[in-house]
Amino acid sequence: MAKILIKGGRVISPAQKIDETCDILIDKGKIAAIGKGLDGKGAEMIDASGKVVTPGLIDIHVHLRDPGLEYKEDIVTGTLSAVTGGFTAVACMPNTKPVNDNQTVTTYIMNKAAKQGHCRVFPIASITKGLDGESMTEMGELKELGVCAVSDDGKPVSNPQLMRRAMEYARPFGITIISHAEDLDLVGSGVMNDGPVATELGLKGIPWVAEDAATAREVMLAEFTGAHLHVAHVSTKGSIEIVRQAKKRGVNVTCEAAPHHFTLTDEAVRGYNTNAKMNPPLRSAEDREAVRQGIADGTVDAIATDHAPHHIDEKNVEFNLAMNGIVGLETALPLTLSLVEDGLIDLPKAVALLTSGPAAVLGLPLGQLKEGDAADLTVIDPGLEWTVDAKKLASKSKNTPFDGWLMKGAALYTIVAGKIAYKRD
Amino acid sequence: MSFKHKHILGIEQMAKEDIQLILDTADAFKEINKRDIKKVPTLRGKTIINAFFEASTRTRLSFEIAGKRLSADTVNISGSTSSVVKGETLEDTAKNIEAMAPDIIVIRHGHSGAPHYLAERVGCSIVNAGDGAHEHPSQALLDLLTMRDHKGRIEGLEVAIVGDITHSRVARSDIYALTRMGAKVRLCGPGTMLPPGIERLGNVKVFTSMREAIKDADVVMMLRIQLERQSNIMLPSLREYARFYGLNPTNVKLAKPDAIIMHPGPMNRGVEISSLVADGVQNVILDQVENGVAVRMALLYLVSGVESMQTL
Repeated sequence: MAKILIKGGRVISPAQKIDETCDILIDKGKIAAIGKGLDGKGAEMIDASGKVVTPGLIDIHVHLRDPGLEYKEDIVTGTLSAVTGGFTAVACMPNTKPVNDNQTVTTYIMNKAAKQGHCRVFPIASITKGLDGESMTEMGELKELGVCAVSDDGKPVSNPQLMRRAMEYARPFGITIISHAEDLDLVGSGVMNDGPVATELGLKGIPWVAEDAATAREVMLAEFTGAHLHVAHVSTKGSIEIVRQAKKRGVNVTCEAAPHHFTLTDEAVRGYNTNAKMNPPLRSAEDREAVRQGIADGTVDAIATDHAPHHIDEKNVEFNLAMNGIVGLETALPLTLSLVEDGLIDLPKAVALLTSGPAAVLGLPLGQLKEGDAADLTVIDPGLEWTVDAKKLASKSKNTPFDGWLMKGAALYTIVAGKIAYKRD
Repeated sequence: MSFKHKHILGIEQMAKEDIQLILDTADAFKEINKRDIKKVPTLRGKTIINAFFEASTRTRLSFEIAGKRLSADTVNISGSTSSVVKGETLEDTAKNIEAMAPDIIVIRHGHSGAPHYLAERVGCSIVNAGDGAHEHPSQALLDLLTMRDHKGRIEGLEVAIVGDITHSRVARSDIYALTRMGAKVRLCGPGTMLPPGIERLGNVKVFTSMREAIKDADVVMMLRIQLERQSNIMLPSLREYARFYGLNPTNVKLAKPDAIIMHPGPMNRGVEISSLVADGVQNVILDQVENGVAVRMALLYLVSGVESMQTL
């Protein structure tokens, strides 16, 4: 495997408190050296002066739709979308067809990703068999095979007794429980955030209390059982506060925020825009601000996209009938960098939210830059301006609310295990 | 003045002048409905499709009669007989209809935003005949015409709208229309049926007490409790609903003595309105229905872009 020398970039690795201009030499798929004036003889040279070099970005919440829903996305296109966005590792949710609730599906995903994937893939298994909310998966064995967490994601476990038992069972295995915290009875048949915009559009609302009530329950169960709870895509002011207070009490809880929730509000639904339909829904300006504050004060551990590809036919319908979710891998980096532009966080913090933060949440041995470690790196031009063209996304699906947006910041090189997996033209 | 809208998607997009023009045009059409031969050649050669994807008797009939009295060729399709039940998408259905070159599609649909969806995808005019809980513009316009007939004006009227505001497209369109025309709107309903932020739609005050809401009102409009849509967690019982939010001979006296009583129909007698009130001297409910034809004639005429009314 070829040697690569990344020369003169601003190297940021928040977990190690590294933020300095230096070179990185990659050899045999590993980081051979980090330092100034490294000898690049025989190495491919990447001039990173004026650029930022970080550990490879990690997205712990994506839907790769493979197996079974390959008309939306598959492991090849999903990981191509990931590396295009600067990500070197993704964790994929289990709501495939069949559900990733057994070792056959887990093994399929891992094998296909290893052979054909453009980046690392860490499968998340389901908490319950077939996402039925009734009986637990063989999560001990699945953990041994390599799943990084368990989650019923979009079909949250509603039975509190089952969730309690799942946490009690998962804890000694060191398995993280990821919860899409929503009380489905309170969600009802809602299709967007409950509030003035829903009233105006005559669409049924999903109230914030549907998320807050469920987050509170999950946090209390985590407190009771001692299990590690990770709350997915926190979108409300109340949920942020619940997690913030739980962390103060020492509860083993982490959470993530999605770029669309800290960027958009339910105003984006106007015109019955189905690319602004997702779950949890885009919320009020007050909620968005609370999520941003949660990011700034450390309540939020990671930024994760909830990359949810859907076919055009599933979005080009009446709003009520449209599927929930948007693609996010290729827009997450600039949207996160916009938080730096807005003065909310500094650049190392933004990098942490996309690297060491998510790695720590799932205990992945990634998110740092150490000599001898596998060379997963992203070279970022934080100043590069570009316009999103949904048609040109690497993802198989084009369902983004950011089509036509001017973005600032992009990955120039995405390097996975010492190999250039993506190079921006 | 001329009408600049190609589609009638909702009152939200309409200016005061638009509403004024529609009402004045409807006034002029009223006379046709009283003739022995109720037909003028105004829209001869125009094709109007009434695409009703949700059950409707009154509105569909009203649009059909309106089209026929203007000599348009009107064709009806309904949800149960359409290809929707065979799994065709709304876009494909619309494109197929469009291929047969209609001039206007009048659409009633259970999903909010369906007419807007169509307007973005087909070339002909779209008239919204009610979409989900969003808007019902022709109903609001006939309500205003009826108020103007009886009160001589709309500006300054105190209009109380009582009932299930959350699920009511009529309420939303009425709020926009009345506010634009300078009326004041009072809304009242059970706590489960008052949606958040409704007061942002216009000049609206929200009441939880029916007595306060209708006190000294010029117009009391009772909304239908949609029995078929309510699950039992919205209301304890229709009996209790009638007690707190029903209009009856006792509380109707709180409104102005010359107040008019309206209802978009179909009525649930004994629930939101007692028969004594529904059939009482103050009721103008059938005037609303009568005006519905004239208002829909005006809408079809105005969106069709026919230049003059000389043919009347």
